[in-house]
Amino acid sequence: MKHTGNKRVLRAGLLWLLPAAFLLIFFYQPLFAILRLAFSSTFDGGWQGASAAQVLKPLGFTLWQAVLSTLLTLLVGLPAAYLFTHYEFKGREGLRLLSLLPFILPTVVVAACFNTLLGPRGWLNLGLMALLNLSEPPIRMLQSLPAILLAHVFYNTAIIIRLVGSAWSRLDQKLVHAAQMLGASPWQAFREVTLPLLLPAITGASLLVFLFDFTSFGVVLMLGGPQFATLEVEIYTQALYMLNLRLAAVLSLVQLACTLLVAWLQSRASQPRYGKAAVSAERANLRTARSAGEKAFIAVMVILLVLLILTPLLSLITRSFVTLEAARGERGQIQTGFTLRYYQELFQNRTGSLFYVPPIIAVRNSLVYALLTVVIATILGMLGAYALNQPWKANRILEPFFMLPLGASAVTLGLGFLVAFRHPAWSSMPFPLLIPIAHALVALPIVVRTLLPALRGIPSSLRQAASTLGADEPRVFREVDLPLLLRPLLVSLVFAFTISLGEFGASSFLSSAQTPTIPVAIYRYISQPGALNYGQALAMSTLLLVVCGAGIFLIEKIRLPGEELY
Amino acid sequence: MIKKSLIIGVLVALLLGGCAGQTPAASPPAAQELQVLTVMTHDSFAVSAELVQQFEAENSVKVNFIKGGDAGTTLNRLILTSLGGTPEADVFYGLDNTFLSRALEQDLLEAYDAPALAQIPAEFQLDPSHRALPVDYGDVCINYDKSWFQEHQLPVPKSLEDLTKPEYAGLLVVENPATSSPGLSFLLATIATFGEEGWQSYWQALKDNDVVIVSDWETAYYTNFSGSSGRGAQPMVVSYATSPAAELIYAETPLTEAPTASIVADGACWRQVEFAGILKGTQKRASAEKFIDFMLSQPFQEDVPLQMFVYPVLPAAKLPEAFVQASQVPQKPATLDPELIAQKREAWVQAWIELMLK
Repeated sequence: MKHTGNKRVLRAGLLWLLPAAFLLIFFYQPLFAILRLAFSSTFDGGWQGASAAQVLKPLGFTLWQAVLSTLLTLLVGLPAAYLFTHYEFKGREGLRLLSLLPFILPTVVVAACFNTLLGPRGWLNLGLMALLNLSEPPIRMLQSLPAILLAHVFYNTAIIIRLVGSAWSRLDQKLVHAAQMLGASPWQAFREVTLPLLLPAITGASLLVFLFDFTSFGVVLMLGGPQFATLEVEIYTQALYMLNLRLAAVLSLVQLACTLLVAWLQSRASQPRYGKAAVSAERANLRTARSAGEKAFIAVMVILLVLLILTPLLSLITRSFVTLEAARGERGQIQTGFTLRYYQELFQNRTGSLFYVPPIIAVRNSLVYALLTVVIATILGMLGAYALNQPWKANRILEPFFMLPLGASAVTLGLGFLVAFRHPAWSSMPFPLLIPIAHALVALPIVVRTLLPALRGIPSSLRQAASTLGADEPRVFREVDLPLLLRPLLVSLVFAFTISLGEFGASSFLSSAQTPTIPVAIYRYISQPGALNYGQALAMSTLLLVVCGAGIFLIEKIRLPGEELY
Repeated sequence: MIKKSLIIGVLVALLLGGCAGQTPAASPPAAQELQVLTVMTHDSFAVSAELVQQFEAENSVKVNFIKGGDAGTTLNRLILTSLGGTPEADVFYGLDNTFLSRALEQDLLEAYDAPALAQIPAEFQLDPSHRALPVDYGDVCINYDKSWFQEHQLPVPKSLEDLTKPEYAGLLVVENPATSSPGLSFLLATIATFGEEGWQSYWQALKDNDVVIVSDWETAYYTNFSGSSGRGAQPMVVSYATSPAAELIYAETPLTEAPTASIVADGACWRQVEFAGILKGTQKRASAEKFIDFMLSQPFQEDVPLQMFVYPVLPAAKLPEAFVQASQVPQKPATLDPELIAQKREAWVQAWIELMLK
C-alpha cells in the first residue's frame, strides 16, 4: 500500500514538473521581481501609504461590474450553450463559429464597431431619428456602465457557450430521461440531474468570465469613459502616468488576492458531488425542434445572438467596404459608396516608412505566435490537468495558483517581464519567444479549466476495464482518455489560438518594432488621423476576423480516425 | 509514448535554451562584426526605411527600434529598466517637454554637444546641459469641423475663454490627462493661460458648459469628433495642429482643402518639443552619437513631417506641400517651465480628476 502511495506522489510530482517550472520562471519570477522593486527603497520617495479610499473605491467598482457582467453573460450564455448542444438548425455551425470571433477583436476596434452601431451618428440612432423625426439621437449609451456590461457580454459569451457546451453535449441524456420517467418534471430533472453534473463546467467557465471582467482594462477605459476605473485601469495610471509604482503594486496585490480567493471558492464549489456519469457521443444529444415551444426558443435565441454578436461584427465588416466621405458636407444625410480602397491601400507603403507592415507579414507573425502559443499552452495544460486530477492532497491548494495568471495585472506583469528578462537576447530574436510565452500564460488557465472537468468525468471503471483487457498505460491513454478528451482539447486549442491572435498588450510591449502582429498593425492605423487610416484599421480588423475564423474552422475539423463510430 | 517524451524533450530544451539565453556568456559571438544599436522610442515614431538603411550602410551598424508605448509610458519604462545599471537601449527618442525634467532628474541621459545644435533655434534648446537634444516640435490644439460650424452658422471660438460661452455647450471633447498625452498637454495649456490660481475655475466653467471627457485620443477623435470618419457628436476635439494636414493626406478621395482646422489663438495651443538623448551607461557611445547627428541632419529633418506629423527643429528643412496648405502654426503657443511641470504635474492631474470626474 505504502509503495503505491509513494508512486502516486511521484507521478503527481512528475506531471507537475513542467507546468510548475513554466509558471515559476515566466509568471512568479517576473511578478516577484517587479513587486520587490516597487517595495524597495528606490520608490520610497514621497510614499505615505495607500489610503483606504484609493484601494476600496476601485476594488468596489471592479467587483460590482465583474459580478454584474458575469451574471449577464451567464444569462445569455447558458441558454445559448443549450441551444447549440441540443438543437439542429440551419446555420448552427456558422453561428457557433461567429460567436467566438468577438474574443479576438482589439478593444479599440470594438469601440469603433459599437460607435458605428450605437454611437450618436451610428446606424441605430440615425434610423430612429429618421423614423421618429427626432433632431437629437435618442440612444446615448456609449460612455456608461451599460456600455461596459454590453461589451463584456459581447466578448465573453463564447466562453460559456464553448466550455459549458463541451460538457453539455457529452452529458448522457439517458439520465435525464430516466429522471423524467420516474416522475420528475423537466425543471426538476434539470435541477436534480443536469445542473449538478454540469456544475463543474459552469462554475469553471464563470470563473474565467469573472476573471476576464475583473481585470478588464480597454473596455472600461474606452467604452466606459474616465469616470469609471477598475483596479487594472488604476494600476495602469499609477504605474505608467504617475510613476507611483508602490501604489500600483499594492493594487496589484489586492487584485491577486481577490483572484486567489475566487479561484479557491470555485475549486471548492466544483468538486463533483455525485458519482461520475457515463458520457455520450458528441452529437448524440442533437435533434431538430419538434414542439412550437422549442421552435420559439430557437428563434428567440438565434435573434438574440445575431443582434448581440453578429450586428457589431457586420457593421465593422460593412464599414471597411463603405465610404462615407461624400457625406462630409451634409451631416444629416449619409451617402454611401462601395470601395476597395482601404484594402488596396493596406498593400502600399505610401510614405516608405520603416515600420510599414505588409498585411501578409502581419498575418504570418500573428500565426507563428498563435501556433507556438497553442503548442505551449496545450502541452503544459494537458500535463497540468492530469497533475491536478491525481488524488494528491496538495492539489486542492495548488489548483488556484494555476488560475492566478488570469487575475494578474497585465501592466504589472509586463513591467515584471521587462525587469526580469533584461537580456537583449530576449528582445532581439526575430520571433521573440517571450510573446507566445506571455500569450500561453493567459491561455494556460483556460486549457486547464476546459480539460479538468472532462478528465474528472472519465469513469475510472473505463480505464480499469481497458487495463483488465490487457491494455498498457499508453494504450489506455490513447484509446480511452484521448477520444473522450478530444472535444474539450479542441475547445482549448481554439481558445489558445484566439487569445494569441487577438492579444495586443504583450505583443506591443515585448516585440521589437519590426515584427508587429495584426492587432499591433491595427493600432498603428487607428492612432493617426485621416479617413484612410480609419478605413485601413477596419480593413485590417476584418482581415483578423477572417484569419481567426479560418483558423477555428480548421481546428474544429480535426477528427480522430474512427471517431464517428464511437 | 515516444511522441510524448519527444514533445517533453523539446519543451525542456526550449526552457533550458531560454534560460541559457539570459546569461550573456552563453550567447554566441555574432557571425559578422555588425554592431547593433538599440533605439527606444514611443509608438508614434516613424521614419523612411530608405534613410535608416542608408545610415546603417554608412556606419556599419544595425539599428534595432523598440517601441515602448506612448511618450510617458516609454520614459517610465526606461526609468524602471535602467535601475539595474545598464540601460535597455542606447538612444532614447521621444522625450517631450512635459517629461523632460523627470528624465534629467533621474539622470537617464549622457551629455552630447552635437555640432548641429548650432543651427537649431535657442527656443527649442530647453536643456542647457545638452543631455536632451531637440529633434522636432508640434502643437496640441483644438481641431474643429469646418462644415459643422458653417451649417450651424456659428462662429468658431476665438480663444479658450470663448469655449465657456453657452453657444458652445457640449461641443468640445477633451481627453483625460491621467491617461492621455494630448489631454495632459491641453491641461498644461490652460494652466499656462489662466495661471495656477485660475485654471480650476476655468475648468469648472468648462464642466458647467458640458465639456465631454473621454479616456484617450482614439476615442475622442474617432468616436466623438464629427470631423473624422467616426462622425461623432462633438465638432471640436483636442488633437494636434497637424491633424488637418493628415486628414488631407490620408483622405479617401482627393480633397482640395482639409475638412478640419485648428484654433491657433494665442495661448490656446500647447507646444510639445520632442528630444533625443544618449542613454547613460551605453557601450556604444560612438554609434549613438552618429545616430543623434543623423536625426538632426537635413534628410531626417525633412522626413519628419510626413512620417510623424510634427515639425522639424532645423530651420533649413523644407516642409511638404500639405503642411504649408493645411497645418497652422500658432504664433504664441502656451509653454511652462519644465521644472515647474516636473514638480506639479501629478498634483495638477490629481486636482483635475477631483474637479472633473468626481
